[in-house]
Amino acid sequence: MALDFGVFCKSTLDGEAVDHCFSSLFGLGQNADPSYLDWLMKAWGWTLAVAALGLAIALIVGAVMGTLRTLPDTGRGSRTLVRFATAWVELFRNIPVLVQVFLWYHVIPSFILPLKLLPSYWLVSIALGFYTSARIAEQVRAGIQSLPSGQRAAATALGMTTTQTYRYIILPMALRIVIPPLTSESMNAIKNSSVAFAVSVPELTLFAMQAQEETSRGVEIYLAVTGLYALSAFGANRVMALIEKRSRIPGFISPSNDASLAH
Amino acid sequence: MLSLDLNFYNWELFTNYIVKGLIFSIQLTVIATIGGIVAGTFLALMRLSGRPALVYPATIYINTMRSIPLVMVILWFFLLIPMLIGKPIGADLSATITFIAFEAAFFAEIVRAGIQSVPRGQTYAGEALGMNYGQNMRLIVLPQAFRNMVPVFMTQTIILFQDTSLVYAIGAYDLLKGFEIAGKNYGRPIETYILAAATYFVICFSLSKVVRKIHAKVAIVR
Repeated sequence: MALDFGVFCKSTLDGEAVDHCFSSLFGLGQNADPSYLDWLMKAWGWTLAVAALGLAIALIVGAVMGTLRTLPDTGRGSRTLVRFATAWVELFRNIPVLVQVFLWYHVIPSFILPLKLLPSYWLVSIALGFYTSARIAEQVRAGIQSLPSGQRAAATALGMTTTQTYRYIILPMALRIVIPPLTSESMNAIKNSSVAFAVSVPELTLFAMQAQEETSRGVEIYLAVTGLYALSAFGANRVMALIEKRSRIPGFISPSNDASLAH
Repeated sequence: MLSLDLNFYNWELFTNYIVKGLIFSIQLTVIATIGGIVAGTFLALMRLSGRPALVYPATIYINTMRSIPLVMVILWFFLLIPMLIGKPIGADLSATITFIAFEAAFFAEIVRAGIQSVPRGQTYAGEALGMNYGQNMRLIVLPQAFRNMVPVFMTQTIILFQDTSLVYAIGAYDLLKGFEIAGKNYGRPIETYILAAATYFVICFSLSKVVRKIHAKVAIVR
């Protein structure tokens, strides 16, 4: 079985070879008809857009919910918040992401009419974001609970309020600790964005299904799509590694690496 | 604002549409869990063997499976299996093979962590008693490793049960598909999606409660 990647230089309209297969990517020539390569690149853009928006929602909501779950018991208000955040995590963790996408696409806009104005990829991103937020909340909670309890006690002894304790003591440490698990959650978000095919967002997986059917060059199409997914996940991994490096405080978190600074 | 009408959801609809999908989803989960644990154990043993000829294939397989979206893995197998055996294959069988192969990579990493959590002294003690590698693994290391891994296995199985909904991509008839078809035939798509979400939630939430109980028990024994 010979691979023929020439399929990417063919027109999506009539299957003939296009004039500017690769150069059109760099804006050097304009194809009369879009080629499969052009379509692939557009689909990649959709995948990245859905994943990035979903991840942004997930990081913000997940950090908030994870923090709320660890609030100290100071009365009715804090107990309600803890219960709300716990319910949030259980709800969004125990429903498959594909079902959540259907809920946001088919069900929720009929109850909240303004959502009908949003483009469909936003709805998928919200679904993906809330689904991922439950996992991120658990990581953030574990990160906060891994801190020595003396930190919180010291903040209380200094007369800090709960908000101040979280803002100045707990979160600066906890959020650095959870960067490695968040790296794998970011890569998961890119992989999970593939469920957007089910509501016809023209992203990589939908491209793979449609182009495979049109060209019957499935192996080449799937290889390209799989490669782009792997590349995107690797990119997310590098970005998170950069964030981890930039935010690192010498002597903190990985004392073994900074042993030379200790004396 | 639209009003919901759940009256159409009766026993007849349940037995006609939902049961078939539910059975397939559960069957897929059980087969993939058992197959995945067996294949995953062999992959983990390959990875820990220290022989490059075994370590590299296992490592490449595990990392590849873990870095591709499951939907793409499902599509790949649905495309490749008929090419290799030369005749078409049903979506159900294709999904089963895919999930065993995919879960094997995930269970392999769990088993590897489990084996590494057994103290080295156990292996040495087995060797001192004259056991060979196979005896040592079968009688000493794996029984202890599996006991530690039970809660993680079950958590992975819950994730797996949720992931079975992705066979939507190749049109297999699972729990989600059952609800969707029922919704189309009764003209009540919105209600059936809500019911689908509720069904998945009840199953996964109860299972995760059970896992937490078992986890507490195992933790005490340790």
